[in-house]
Amino acid sequence: METLKDKKMKKSADTRMKISGAEAIIHCLLAEGVDLIYGYPGGAIMPVYDELYKFQDQLTHVLTRHEQGAAHAAQGYARATGKVGVAMATSGPGATNLVTGLADAQIDSTPMVCITGQVPRHLLGSDAFQETDIIGISTPVTKWNYQVTKASEIPEIMAKAFYIAKSGRPGPVLVDITKNAQFDELEFEYKPCTQVRSYQPYPKPDMADLQEAAALINTAKKPYIVYGQGVILGKAEEELKALVEKSGIPAAWTILGLSAMETDHPLNVGMVGMHGNYGPNVLTNECDLLVAIGMRFDDRVTGDLDTYAKQAKIIHFEIDPAEINKNVKVDVAVLGNAKESLKLLLPLIKENKHEAWHSEFKKKQEEEYEAVIKADLYPQKPGLTMGEVIGSINKASGDNAVIVSDVGQHQMIACRYARFTQTKSNITSGGLGTMGFALPAAIGAKMGAEDREVVAIIGDGGYQMNIQELATIFQNKTAVKIVVLNNEHLGMVRQWQELFFEKRYASTVMTNPDFVKIAEGYHLKARRVEERSELDEAVKEMMNSKEPYFLEVRVEKEDNVFPMIPSGASVSDIRLK
Amino acid sequence: MEKKWFTISVYSENNVGLLNRISGIFLKRHINIESLNVSKSEIEGVSKFTVVVFTTEDWTRKIVMQIEKQIEVIKAFYHTDEETIYQESALFKIGSHLLFDERQIQNIIKDSHAQIVTVSREFFVLAKTGKREEIEEMYRLLKPYGIMQFVRSGRITVTKAEMKISSLLAAMEK
Ligand SMILES: Cc1ncc(C[n+]2csc(CCOP(=O)(O)OP(=O)(O)O)c2C)c(N)n1
Repeated sequence: METLKDKKMKKSADTRMKISGAEAIIHCLLAEGVDLIYGYPGGAIMPVYDELYKFQDQLTHVLTRHEQGAAHAAQGYARATGKVGVAMATSGPGATNLVTGLADAQIDSTPMVCITGQVPRHLLGSDAFQETDIIGISTPVTKWNYQVTKASEIPEIMAKAFYIAKSGRPGPVLVDITKNAQFDELEFEYKPCTQVRSYQPYPKPDMADLQEAAALINTAKKPYIVYGQGVILGKAEEELKALVEKSGIPAAWTILGLSAMETDHPLNVGMVGMHGNYGPNVLTNECDLLVAIGMRFDDRVTGDLDTYAKQAKIIHFEIDPAEINKNVKVDVAVLGNAKESLKLLLPLIKENKHEAWHSEFKKKQEEEYEAVIKADLYPQKPGLTMGEVIGSINKASGDNAVIVSDVGQHQMIACRYARFTQTKSNITSGGLGTMGFALPAAIGAKMGAEDREVVAIIGDGGYQMNIQELATIFQNKTAVKIVVLNNEHLGMVRQWQELFFEKRYASTVMTNPDFVKIAEGYHLKARRVEERSELDEAVKEMMNSKEPYFLEVRVEKEDNVFPMIPSGASVSDIRLK
Repeated sequence: MEKKWFTISVYSENNVGLLNRISGIFLKRHINIESLNVSKSEIEGVSKFTVVVFTTEDWTRKIVMQIEKQIEVIKAFYHTDEETIYQESALFKIGSHLLFDERQIQNIIKDSHAQIVTVSREFFVLAKTGKREEIEEMYRLLKPYGIMQFVRSGRITVTKAEMKISSLLAAMEK
């Protein structure tokens, strides 16, 4: 009998081979350089799983314990590597379980391809078992989606899916494949997609716009750079640094721009946004020129738009034309990939230092240190703070870990205090604020960046939204470090209730299980810290572990995150307490 | 900002899911589609959506940018009424006896330049092509006599200025 391997050898010998749609999907993935995917099997995708079994030496499929976990793991992988993450699920509930991940990837511009099985073509529209209109459901949360109903469409559609997911402003693509298309045969030939006629992913930066931008930058007295994830997605880290250093302009990051430049860079002034730093927010309304690079003026960044940077001229470097003048009217828009635009801009920029202007940031930084940071990082009270845990992780990792944070107070604290020396190191759900993101995303990040320490920082609430992924970690021996900052509350919501709803703590108090026992139930090394005296040592033990490790830290139950711009308020009205 | 009538013209690849994507863009922003027409365009294989909205120019521009962002959309434009030549069509189904009993009906038909498409023993059908107001006026005039059925099409539009889709496509294919 012919072995599978013989069959495979024979097939790869001729370029145009007749294979099943399911096998074609595998060949497409391999042709796109995919060696790792996340997913969960079921009836409508079984032919593909059968092929995954045969190709397991070339393509690893990681079984998550929930399709949402698969989507977030693919996102974590994509965010850590810059490559396209791939997730797979069956029809119906499998497909709908991917939706949160798609929405998250859409709003955070993460390149991802999701493949779902679908009922056979002849049953479409008949309310067949596990039929759901995933194309209709996913349309608003995908960059592109397509339902394949014929095997012969597979190579072209898969090629197009990968091209669209990763080009221009990246995003998620969903390919829904009916079961008959998986079973039927096709003549397989794969051509990578290099263009789609109606799709122009890379607008060319216009020299006149660049000149206008340079003139504004060169003459501004108080210019201010705010950079976002566009720098990371556009691989423009070097160019950004060169611009900042040559121009001497103070630079702040958005939550997703964090780690594009090393945190300690002397010209980095901190984070903008609702829980960002004091100076970067307040001085937004005092600069005379705002240079926005690869960021989209999210409302969590701008606060009240009517009072946002009204005194300043604004330059927007952006790849997506639809972002220009969407939230904030700008004076100069430079369309294009950040790397290309900044490269062209750099020679037009005059050297400068802006020392007096920098000292205004310093002053504000000192105020914030006295009012907030000191007590967060070096608390005098007995209870542990989230800030000191992040400080301890910085120390133990040498500022060199990938930090994957979930959503809530711990996320804001992680993004405020984690220090980074490498790009693509801060992975968090920024735009959607998806609780449950971090644990699976950390799995993907670790698998994508195996040589790096990956530390997930999670609240006791969000942890329980995808806690089942501990099984994935155990089964795959994925050496992620999981830190749960347990305040026994849905902390961020409780903070709002304290500040804006007169302390009516509606459904934010949590009675939690024994997290250490649960981790041990999944055969993970686990430890709980309740005293400050144990913290550094426990964190070190965790970081030194070659295996996955779970650390629960019992922190203050009712601490708040400051500074804070109350929602709808102006960046000038940021509160220090 | 002042609300006005805008016509959004979208040139796109033929694609089944695109209508859903485009209508979602309006839905998300609570902008009512006043009229919608999908047809082929002057270019082989390229579809044209014509959408009429009543909103501010700022919103219209933002919507057009979001539409143009969709993968299958080649180009989207918006125009004011002054910048376009536009028409709608309507059909009126009316009882045949009125044609003989009501002299006034014949005058309405004549004055409005409507066409009689068909006449049967029970009913006749009038077709009227023109601006929205002209059709509304005709409706108003006929209403007292009894309209058995009425339907009006979406607006169709050509612009006074050139659209340059062919040259754009040629550039895109390079
Ligand atoms: C899926 C989801 N549901 C609800 C929310 C709203 N929400 C934002 S933060 C938060 C509390 C998070 O609590 P926890 O995970 O314990 O973290 P903490 O704020 O205490 O650090 C909630 C409920 C959300 N962001 N995501």
